[in-house]
Amino acid sequence: MVRYAEITGWGKCVPPSVLSNSDLEVLTDTSDDWITTRTGIKERRISHVNVSDMAVVASLHALAAANLEPTDIDLILLATCTADLVIPSAASLVQAKLGATNAAALDLNAACSGWIYALNVGTQMVRSGGHNRVLVIGAEKLSFLLDFTDRSTAVLFGDGAGAVVLEATEEPVGLRSVEIGTDGSVADILCVPGVGTAGNRYQGDPSDYAVHMDGPEVFRRAVTAMGEASSRVVEQAGLSVDEVDLLIPHQANVRIIDATARKLKLAPEQVFVNIASYGNTSAATIPMALTEALQEGRVEPGANIVFAAFGAGLTWAAAVVRWGRRVEPLGTSDAHLPPVDKTAAELLEANVAFYGEGRRSE
Amino acid sequence: MDRSEIENRIKNLLVSELGLDESRVSAEATFEEDLEVDSLGVVELLMALEDEFGVKIPDEEAEEIGTVGEAVDVVEAKLAG
Repeated sequence: MVRYAEITGWGKCVPPSVLSNSDLEVLTDTSDDWITTRTGIKERRISHVNVSDMAVVASLHALAAANLEPTDIDLILLATCTADLVIPSAASLVQAKLGATNAAALDLNAACSGWIYALNVGTQMVRSGGHNRVLVIGAEKLSFLLDFTDRSTAVLFGDGAGAVVLEATEEPVGLRSVEIGTDGSVADILCVPGVGTAGNRYQGDPSDYAVHMDGPEVFRRAVTAMGEASSRVVEQAGLSVDEVDLLIPHQANVRIIDATARKLKLAPEQVFVNIASYGNTSAATIPMALTEALQEGRVEPGANIVFAAFGAGLTWAAAVVRWGRRVEPLGTSDAHLPPVDKTAAELLEANVAFYGEGRRSE
Repeated sequence: MDRSEIENRIKNLLVSELGLDESRVSAEATFEEDLEVDSLGVVELLMALEDEFGVKIPDEEAEEIGTVGEAVDVVEAKLAG
């Protein structure tokens, strides 16, 4: 029997605290107009909880949509570059909080490309017969790794989580073609230099704890890699561009999305964009967007969906997924994060104090 | 391809790819000041030029491009080999 891995459940977790562009105007020298025209982002979420907490909420929604219990899951893959802790993995915390006692659990770090990497790994584990029901999660708390007085990076990122359930099936659905790639030789154009065991544990420079990015160079490489990898997976799947029903790209910058869509010669209605609401949530953007696409009726039974991403590493990934018959959830969950009594700006008070008031007047 | 054709094609790219107002695009216009093209816009322009003319513009030559006319100069030199 040939085994395939079908996406049978989907869910997301959106932290309640909203940081708007006008909130950012108070923290750093920027403006709503500047951010909107350059990135397409209007607001982003700041999480008051940890990555594993967001991952659990997204997973409970995905499990409900698949009508499964946590104990039905035999593997948890958590794509993240902002795990709660270095030890243990955030996936272990998710496994415990879900009570997914039959599941092995591990984190997978390919930064913003991580969820497609994890989808590929999960699919291969199902196809090879080793696992039957896999949670593939993307969850991130990028706000932890930002300097909110640095307008070049603070405006771009946000927090959130998305998850899907993969189940073994004999139907020829799920991943049809996939490409994952890495160019570690230029890793320094997008990195956090001081968080990890290479960092200075005792007296690091504050800027080492924040994202460093050569924006134009990352942009150029992202547009090229996402466009070319997407074209290749569409061709490998034996599809023409007309047969692509929906491109769900990593949401990093609306101009990267537009350029990728132009390279593929896709019409706007073939592309799903929700960056205005969340910014770049790294590995979480695609499962969050997929969940919203399903909720908005943008996915038809049997649809050909293209995923494409680019991120730190540098990594890139693209995939074609053939959707199954069911586009409605089997069940729903009321899982949600605990309430928060602080605004997003209040959650960032320690960050702004750490990075200093001086940056604002530069 | 003569210089006026290169110039016309570059002006068309600026309008279609970067959404610039045609009336503001002259040979003397500077990208950053006159046309208000930001750093990502410059990257978009370079990639569009490379696609349009089938040339490769290295970073050090790209840094010399400040005006529309200078973009024409670089592309003309590339096409002349």
